[in-house]
Amino acid sequence: MMKFLKLKPTVGLLSIPYSLIFIFFFFIPLTLTFIISFWDYNEYSIIPDFIFENYSYIFKDCFNFEKDMCVTFKTYLSTFIFCFVTWFFTLIIGFFVAYFLAFYVNSITWQIVLFLLCTIPFWTSNVIRMISWIPLLGRNGLVNDFLLSTGLADAPQEWLLYSGFSIVLAFVHLYTLFMIVPIFNSMMRIDKSIIEAAYDNGANGFQILWNIIIPLCKPGIVIGSIFVITVVMGDFITIGIMGGQQIPSIGKIIYVEMSYLQLPAAAANAVILLALTLLIIWIMTKMIDIRKEL
Amino acid sequence: MKKSLTRRNMLKTSTAAIGAVAGAGLLKGFPAIHAADAPVIRYLGTAVNMGDAVQKRLFDDTGIKVKFIVKTTDEVVKTIFTQPNSFDIVDSEYFSMPKLVPSGNLLGMDTKRIKEWDNVTSAFTKGEVAGKKIGDQGTAPKKVMYLKGAKSKEFASEPTQYVTLIPTVYNADTLGIRPDLIKRPINTWAELLNPEFKGKASILNIPSIGIMDAAMVVEAMGEYKYPDKGNMTKEEIDLTMKIFTEAKKAGQFRAFWSDFNESVNLMASGEVVIQSMWSPAITAVRTKGIPCVYQPLKEGYRAWAAGFGLPSTTKGRQADICYEFINWYLSGWVGAYLNRQGYYSAVIPTAKKYMKAYEWDYWMMGKPATADIMSPEGKKLASKGEVRDGGSYEARMGGVACWNATMDENKYMVRKWNEMIAS
Repeated sequence: MMKFLKLKPTVGLLSIPYSLIFIFFFFIPLTLTFIISFWDYNEYSIIPDFIFENYSYIFKDCFNFEKDMCVTFKTYLSTFIFCFVTWFFTLIIGFFVAYFLAFYVNSITWQIVLFLLCTIPFWTSNVIRMISWIPLLGRNGLVNDFLLSTGLADAPQEWLLYSGFSIVLAFVHLYTLFMIVPIFNSMMRIDKSIIEAAYDNGANGFQILWNIIIPLCKPGIVIGSIFVITVVMGDFITIGIMGGQQIPSIGKIIYVEMSYLQLPAAAANAVILLALTLLIIWIMTKMIDIRKEL
Repeated sequence: MKKSLTRRNMLKTSTAAIGAVAGAGLLKGFPAIHAADAPVIRYLGTAVNMGDAVQKRLFDDTGIKVKFIVKTTDEVVKTIFTQPNSFDIVDSEYFSMPKLVPSGNLLGMDTKRIKEWDNVTSAFTKGEVAGKKIGDQGTAPKKVMYLKGAKSKEFASEPTQYVTLIPTVYNADTLGIRPDLIKRPINTWAELLNPEFKGKASILNIPSIGIMDAAMVVEAMGEYKYPDKGNMTKEEIDLTMKIFTEAKKAGQFRAFWSDFNESVNLMASGEVVIQSMWSPAITAVRTKGIPCVYQPLKEGYRAWAAGFGLPSTTKGRQADICYEFINWYLSGWVGAYLNRQGYYSAVIPTAKKYMKAYEWDYWMMGKPATADIMSPEGKKLASKGEVRDGGSYEARMGGVACWNATMDENKYMVRKWNEMIAS
C-alpha cells in the first residue's frame, strides 16, 4: 500500500481500468461465492443464512477411517493423481521440445515456424480435439484394429478409451503447449556465453543441462506448472468426455449441483477447490520467487 | 457509457447470485415484442424437436417470428428461476413443475384461450389412453396440470380453468439396443445389468431421469418393488444406488452419457449395445444406416411430457401474441411434424389432418409401412413393410409405467447419484 501511494498520480490513474475489471469480474463474484457457501437452499431458491451444513456435508464420513474413503477424498485423490501424472508428462515433453527449439534450431525463422507448428492443435476447439481420440482408441478404433490384425492382441483393448489412460492422454495433448511457451521463453533469455564458458571449463552435456539450463529455466517451469495444474484441478469436460462420465472430478460435482440449483453447495465446493489450488500455487511460488526471476 | 456498463455488470453478477431468491421483480424485463413491426417471441427451451421449417411455417401463417434460446433441460429450469424475464415463452417439462410452481415465476395458463383445449389428449388431462388408466408413478402430468387460480402457487386436484403448462409434446422412452450385436431378443429392463453386456452398457448421467431408468431396472430384476418409483424414500434411493454402484464397480458400464450426441456416438460406434436412449437419438443412429431398435420392454415405458408456459409478468399484447403462437402450434402442422419424428402431439385430431394416411398408419396405428417413411428433413427412417418399434400409440402410451419425476428427496438423490459416479 505504501509503495502504491508513493507512485506518481498518472500511474495510479492508469491502473484504474485494470483495478475495475479486477474488482467487478474477480473480487465481487468470488466474495459472493464465499458468502453464498454459508447460505441454505431448497428446491427453487437460496436462503440467506449462516450455516456450515454445506461444508460439513462435503466432509461427512471423511474422518471415519474404518469405512471406505469418502466421496470427497476419493474425488480429490483422483484429481491429484491426474494433476501429478499430467504435470509430469507435460513437463518432460514440454521441456525437451522447448530445449530443441531453443538450442538446436539456430535460425529465428525456423524457430517461429516450428513454434507455430506446436500451436496447430489449438486451431480447433478442445472438445473437437478430445472427440477425435474416440475413433482412434475405441473398441472398433484404429489402434484396436491394428492390434487385432497384427495379432498383438487377441481381444479389443478396452482400457484405451474411457479410462484414466485416455484422460491423461487428452490432458497431455491439450496442455503441453502451456509448458512449452514459458520454458522456451526462459531458455531464450539464457546468455549463450554462460553455456560456452561451462563447455570451455570441461562440463559435459548433461552437466550443462543439470547445473545451468534447468536452474535458469525454473521460472518458466513454475509458470508452466501453474497453468497445467490449475487447469487440471478445475477440469470436468475432459475428464467427462474421455472418462465416459464415469470418473469423478470436483468440477463435475460443482456442475451437477449448479444445474440442480444447489448453488450454496456448489459454492462451498468451489471455495474448497479454490483454497486447495491456491495452496498448491503458494507452495510452488515459495520454491521460486517468480517476480524476482522475471 | 462507463456507468451503464458497470450497472449491467452489477446486474449480471447479482442476478446469477441472488436472482433465485429475489425471483421475479428484481429485474424488470425488456419486452422483446414491439407493437409496430413483426412480433418476435423469445422461445426458451431445449428445442431438440424444432427446426428451421417450423420457424418458416410460423412466419408464413401468422407473421410471428421466433428467436430460440436453446438450453439443456436443467438449464431451462435454472433460467426460469434466475432470469424470469429473459424469455417470452418457455417450453418446459411437467416434472419441473413441483419445483417451478411454488416460485410464482410462471403464469397460470388460461385454457379458455386455447381453441383446441377440449381435444388435448386424455393422457394429459385424465391420465388415460383409450379409456384405460396408464401408469402414474412419478410426476405424471395430470398431477401437476391444474392450478387453483391464474396466480396460484398451488396445484388443484380437480380440473380448473388454469393450468401450469399447455401440453405440446410427449413420448414413451425405453432402452435402445443394437440388434445386430446382441443377436437375441431383449424384453426386460433387467437386461441393462445383465453381465452378458459387461462393458457394453450405458445409462444417462442426468440424475432426475437416470434414477427412473435405474428404478425400472431394479424392479425388473425383482430386487425391490417400489410403492412409487417417482417418489422414493431415502432408503429406496440408497438401495437403488447400491445396486448400480456395484454394477459400475464390476465394470458393467462402458460410459455414462449426459448429452444427446454422446448417446448417438456410443451406439453408432458399437462401444455400447444397450443403453438408456431418447427417440431422436435412435433416429440419428438409424439415418447413419446402423441398425438400432427402441426396444419395447414388458415392464413398460418411462414417459415424459412437455408444454408451454409464460412468465408471470406476461400481459396485454404480449400475452395475445403468445396465445396466438400456442394456438397455431396446436393447430396441426407442428403436431404432424412432431409425430413424424417419433414423438406425439398433444392434440392428435389436428395433427392427423396434416399427415398422409400411410404416415398416420405407421406412426400412430402401428401398421406396416406401405411406403418408405421419411423424417421431416427428408431422410429415410424406415422402409416399406417395417413396423414402428413398440407399435401403435395405444400400445406405447398405454404401456407407460412411470413418468420423469422430481422427488421430495431430490436433494438427497442428487448427492447419492454423485456418489455413485465417484465410486
